[in-house]
Amino acid sequence: MATVTEIRQETPTARTLVFDVPGWPGHLPGQHVDVKLTADDGYSAQRSYSIANGDDGERVELTVQQVGDGEVSPYLTEVLEVGDQIELRGPVGGWFVWRPHSSPPVLLIGGGSGIVPLMAMIRSRGKSDTPFRLLYSLRDPGQLFYARELEKVTAGVEVAYLYTRTAPPDAGRAAGRIRAADLVAYGWPPETSPDVFVCGPTGFVEAAADLLTELGHDPAKIKTERFGPTGG
Amino acid sequence: MGIISRAFQGRPRDHDENLPPGQYLVHDFPVLSAGPTPRVPLDRWEFAIDTAEGQVHRWSWEEFLALPQETPTVDLHCVTKWSKFGTEWKGVSLDVLMEDVESAAEYALAYSYGGYTTNLPLEDLLDGKAWIVYEFDGEELAPAHGGPARLLVPHLYLWKSAKWIKGIRLLNEDWPGFWETAGYHNYGDPWREQRYQGD
Repeated sequence: MATVTEIRQETPTARTLVFDVPGWPGHLPGQHVDVKLTADDGYSAQRSYSIANGDDGERVELTVQQVGDGEVSPYLTEVLEVGDQIELRGPVGGWFVWRPHSSPPVLLIGGGSGIVPLMAMIRSRGKSDTPFRLLYSLRDPGQLFYARELEKVTAGVEVAYLYTRTAPPDAGRAAGRIRAADLVAYGWPPETSPDVFVCGPTGFVEAAADLLTELGHDPAKIKTERFGPTGG
Repeated sequence: MGIISRAFQGRPRDHDENLPPGQYLVHDFPVLSAGPTPRVPLDRWEFAIDTAEGQVHRWSWEEFLALPQETPTVDLHCVTKWSKFGTEWKGVSLDVLMEDVESAAEYALAYSYGGYTTNLPLEDLLDGKAWIVYEFDGEELAPAHGGPARLLVPHLYLWKSAKWIKGIRLLNEDWPGFWETAGYHNYGDPWREQRYQGD
């Protein structure tokens, strides 16, 4: 059982929901929860959402992108209000996680709302001296999540924005999908054996993971999480 | 029944008796994998069954295609909550592959190109319940969906249907696989909603 304590609009179609979850056992960055909604006739619908915040007591944050014909995401992005209660189950998943004590450099590659579990990793980095690089692919500047916070992360976290359709004039990179040159320019070289996390829609993840292996990254060091088009 | 979610209506009810609890129906075919998609050239492809007693049975791609084929039409249920009805496959029944395999083992560990593993009781692979498939919907199986060939065990959650299958090891004891050691249920029956450890 989780109670909404705060809501932050990230973009016109996405918002962050902050929950108070009594008895929450804590989580690792990259894990997700199952959200279960129940109608008054007993019908229920469940979906999985990545956790956006680092481990923080009984506080759990989700950032939900509305999916056009979705069943659960429109409710979470438009109907749910502060004070409402929903069922949350988790944390779930023990693979796509960054363990803050691990030492190799970290390469995060996110497409669209795939930024969410990667943001949990950045937020968990704290004072660790593990260097992070984030490649954040998004359609246009209006789709940016966590804008002010990403602007402020500096020491040890480098952020590159890969705009796929419309880039701002000062972007320094023509709009387009992720390509090998982006990984060379903004990623870590394979020789540094980074821990790589790729999250986003299936096509994006397939493309990024293929480019990484072609550049010589060890497939065993590349962890992926795919958001299907039906994830709503 | 859980707490009522204020003003939640949900989609029109299907009341479909073929839909396991907590699942919803999709019409596309989502992809879920834990890492990059391995590419396996057919001239290097091989499928093996190794027994707990140390015998190994191997098939090259040509030998595999020469076996009797079946075309199962089955419903798929993914632990991430989607189900897809009436998927059409072509492949070889595990009953055919196990015909000359003699073993007293009770467990199986499927392993894949790329290093994925998943465990299941051997009896869940037999009696018309499992196939090694290489065609989906009349076309060769795409790498993202497990091609050249994947295991298909449709009565369990889809993570048991190992993509990029390389072999099956028969075991006297149960060895938990990749997701089974990462918080997911050891058996994974969709009808009992065995998603996670403790379900």
